[in-house]
Amino acid sequence: MRSDTAILTCNQPRLPRPHLTGWYTLAWGIALVVALPVLSVFYLALFPDENIWSHLASTVLPVYVITTIQLVVGVGLLSILAGVGSAWLVTLCHFPGRRLFEWALLLPFAVPAYVIAYVYTDLLEFAGPVQGALRALFGWETARDYWFPEIRSLGGAIAMLSLVLYPYVYLLARAAFLEQSVSLRDASRVLGCNAWQSFWRISLPIARPAIAVGVSLVSMETINDFGTVDYFAVKSLTAGIYDTWLNMYNLGGAAQIASLMLVFVVLLITLERKAREKQKQFHSADRFTALEPYRLHGWRAAAATLFCLLPVVCGFVLPCGLLAWYASGYLDQLWSEDFIGYASHSFTLSLTAAVVSIVIAVVLAYARRLFSERRSLQFAVRFSSLGYAMPGAVLALGVIIPLAAFDNSVDAFMRSHFNLSTGLLLSGTTFAVVMAYVVRFLAVSTGAVDSSLSKVTPSMDMASRSLGQSASGTLFRVHLPLIRGGLLTALLVVFVDCMKELPATLILRPFNYDTLATFVYQYASDEMLERCSLAALLIVLVGVLPVILLSRSITNTRQQA
Amino acid sequence: MNYARTLLAVATLAGTASIAQAAEEVNVYSYRQAFLIQPLLEEFSKETGIQVNLVTGGSGLLERLEHEGRNSPADVLLTAEVGPLYDAVQRELVSPVESEVLNSNIPPQYRDPDNRWFALTARSRIIYASKDRVDEGEIKTYEELADPKWKGRICTRSGKHTYNLSLFASMIAHHGEEWTEQWLEDLKANLARKPQGNDRAQVKAVKEGVCDLALGNSYYFGKMLTNEEQPEQKEWAQSVNLVFPNQEDRGAHMNISGASVTQYAPNRDNAVKLLEFLSGEQAQAIYAEVNYEFPVRPDTPRSDLINEYMGDFKADAINLQELGPLRTTASKLVDKVGFDN
Repeated sequence: MRSDTAILTCNQPRLPRPHLTGWYTLAWGIALVVALPVLSVFYLALFPDENIWSHLASTVLPVYVITTIQLVVGVGLLSILAGVGSAWLVTLCHFPGRRLFEWALLLPFAVPAYVIAYVYTDLLEFAGPVQGALRALFGWETARDYWFPEIRSLGGAIAMLSLVLYPYVYLLARAAFLEQSVSLRDASRVLGCNAWQSFWRISLPIARPAIAVGVSLVSMETINDFGTVDYFAVKSLTAGIYDTWLNMYNLGGAAQIASLMLVFVVLLITLERKAREKQKQFHSADRFTALEPYRLHGWRAAAATLFCLLPVVCGFVLPCGLLAWYASGYLDQLWSEDFIGYASHSFTLSLTAAVVSIVIAVVLAYARRLFSERRSLQFAVRFSSLGYAMPGAVLALGVIIPLAAFDNSVDAFMRSHFNLSTGLLLSGTTFAVVMAYVVRFLAVSTGAVDSSLSKVTPSMDMASRSLGQSASGTLFRVHLPLIRGGLLTALLVVFVDCMKELPATLILRPFNYDTLATFVYQYASDEMLERCSLAALLIVLVGVLPVILLSRSITNTRQQA
Repeated sequence: MNYARTLLAVATLAGTASIAQAAEEVNVYSYRQAFLIQPLLEEFSKETGIQVNLVTGGSGLLERLEHEGRNSPADVLLTAEVGPLYDAVQRELVSPVESEVLNSNIPPQYRDPDNRWFALTARSRIIYASKDRVDEGEIKTYEELADPKWKGRICTRSGKHTYNLSLFASMIAHHGEEWTEQWLEDLKANLARKPQGNDRAQVKAVKEGVCDLALGNSYYFGKMLTNEEQPEQKEWAQSVNLVFPNQEDRGAHMNISGASVTQYAPNRDNAVKLLEFLSGEQAQAIYAEVNYEFPVRPDTPRSDLINEYMGDFKADAINLQELGPLRTTASKLVDKVGFDN
C-alpha cells in the first residue's frame, strides 16, 4: 500500500460567488494594516548607514547562517519527535497516564524560553547541584577532571527551545489525529497494518498539513529568539541583527538581515506548500465515532509512558519546581498592589490581543475561502502573517514607525486647520502593544484557523448558500460552530504567547506600565531571577489554566457523539 | 445644537490637556532598570513635587523617541552606558543643557564636550585575578592580557558586549586599530573558553579553576560580596584580587551610566531639574551606592565597601564621546579576529 493512497485527492469545487464585495474589501484592508510593520522594516532596509555585507560576508556571516540552520533543524526535528510521537500515543493508544498526558504535554508551552534557559543553567552548570553531586559522588575536583555537556552551547539552546516549543507541534498534530476518520484507520487494519504501519501510512500523511503548520511556527519562533541564544552565546542571525543595530549603529543594515531572514522563511514555507499542493482532505461524516485505541501492554506501555513523561518533566515540572522553590522566599510580593497590577495588565493585554487576533484570522481565512481564485488576496493574507518571523524588537520598530507617522500627520493637520495639537494618539498607548502582539502572532491564529477551515468540505458552503444563507450567515451558522475547537486552540496559543512576549512590550508600553514579563525582565537582566521567580511562575500558571481548559474542549469535540 | 456640543467637547478636551500640562511632571525613557532608579526618582518627586513618569526598556527606546519626533512626551533619556547617549547625539535626538550646577558637579571627562549628555555614575572595567594562582603585581595592564604566559587562563564575556566593546574602543583610541587587532587576536588565543555568560560568571569561573584572570566591571564585586540571596557568590568574590589596570600610565578604563535632555522635551525645565538633582550630593551617594558604582561628583563620600576594596585609583581621563565612533570599529575587529567563535 502506498503511503498516499489514504489521501482523498480531488479538485476543490468552485464556491458560489458572493454578490457583495464586503468580505473582499475588509480582508484587503486588514491585511494591509497588519502588513504595515513588516513593510516598515523593509523600508528601513532601504537606508543602511553603510553597506555591512562585505564586512559580514568576510567575517561572521557564514557562522550566523550555519548556526541558524543548525538551530532550526535541531529544534524542528526534536519538536517533531516529541510533539508528533506523544500526540499519536495519547490520541490513538491506551497506556498508563494517557489521560493526564493529554493536557500535561501542553504545559511546557506556558514557560517562556528565557526563563527555562536561566533555570537550566543554574541547574546544570559547574556550580549547579547536578555537577556538584557528581563531583561529590566520584571525588572529582575541578572542571578538568571530567566531561559534562556544556549547557551554554548550541546543543543547549536547541534543547531549551525544543522543550518549550514542541507543544505547538503536539497541539496541532493531536487535533489532526482526533479529526481523522476512524474508517480510514479501520480500513488500514483490515488490510493488515499494525499500529506502527498504520501510523506511518495513514495517520502521519493525513496529519502532515497540521504538523507542517506546527513546525513552521516552531521554526519561526526559533529564528527570532534572542533571549536564549544571547544568554548561551550562540551566534545566530538574530544575534547578528542586534549586533549590527546596536553595536555598529546601523539600523538599516540590521533591517536588511531581518528582511533576508524573512525571505528565507517564506522560501521554506513555500517549498513545504508546493510539496503538498495536490493534497486536499475533507472530513467525512464519521468524525464523532469514538476512537478505539490500541491497547499497549508491558514494556510498550512503559515506554509510551516514559516517552510522554520526559518532555513534561524536563519542560515543566523541573523548571517550575525550581522557580517555586525560589519564589517561596518572596511570597509576600504576591499581595502587593503593584504585583496584582502587573498581573492584570498582562492578562487584559493578552486576552484583548488574542480575541482581536482570532477575529482577524477568521476574516482573513474566510475571505481566502470565498475568493480562492484571487491570487493577490491570497498573497496579501500570507504576507500579513510574516511578522512572526521577525525578532520582537525589530517588529516593535515596525509598529512605531507607521503609528508615529499617523499620529504626527493627524497632529499636523489639526494644528494647521484648527490650531489644536492632538499630540500622540496611538503611539505610547496600549493600542501599540496590542497591535504588536496581533501582528507578531497572527501567523499562529491564521495557521490554526486556516487548517480547521480547510477541513470543512465546500459542499457545506454550497448547501448553506443554496438554502439562502448569505456569505456571513454561512460563516456564523455553519463554519464557526464546526471549527470552534480550532478557534479555541488558536485563542489559547495566542493568549499564552502574548503573556510571554517581552521585547515589543518593553519598547512600546505606556509610561508607568508594567506587565509580569517586564517585571521578570528587570530582575532577570540583572541576574536576579530569584527576585522575580514569583512573577515568572505566575506567567506560567496563568498560561496553564487556559491550557487545561482548552485541552478538555479539544477532547470533547471527539467525545460528544 | 450638535455643533455646540462638539465645540464643548473640544473645549473640554483642550481644557484637560492644559490641566495635564499644568500639573508638574517629567517623562523619562530609561535604559536603566526601574528598581535601580525608582528610589531616587521618588526622592526627587518628594523634594520638588514634580511627578516622574517612567518607561524602562532595552534596545529600541531611541527609535521610539526618534519617530515620535516633535510630539514625543519624553523629556529625559537615562542610559546604563555611553553607547545610546553617543547614538542619540549623532541622531540629534538630544539637546545641549547649559547648567552651572551640572558643570560644577560633573568633571569634564564625564560629560559631552557640548553638554549634550552627562554621566551620573561610573564603573571601571577591571581584572579579577585568582588569589591562589596569580601573584600580586603579576598583571598590571590591559596590554599584558595578550602575553602568551596567560595562555588558556583568561575568561571574559562576549566580545560584543557593550562593556567589552567600550574597553576595546579605548584600546583603539590609545594604540590604533592595527595594534588593537593584534592585541585582540593574542587575547583570544589566551582565553580558557569561548566567551560566554555575564561578568559574574567569569569571576565564578576563576573560583572554579576554569581560568585565573577575568575581565569584569567593578560593581559586580560589591554585588557578589554582599549577596545574601545567593551566599555562594560571596565565595566567588573572596577568591579574587581586584586589579585596577594601567595605574602607572593612563589609568583604568571607565564606563558610565548617564542622562540627556531630549530635543523636544515638553517639560524642559523639569528635565534639567531632574538631572541637577541626580548629580547632587545626596543623589550621587545613593545612586552610586545602590549598585556599588562610583559617583561622578568628586566630593561624594564613597561607601565603606568601595573604600575598603577599591580605594583610590587612577581612572583613564579620555572623554567617552571620543570612544563613540570607535565602538563600531571595535565591533568589526571582534568579528574579524573571530573573538566569540
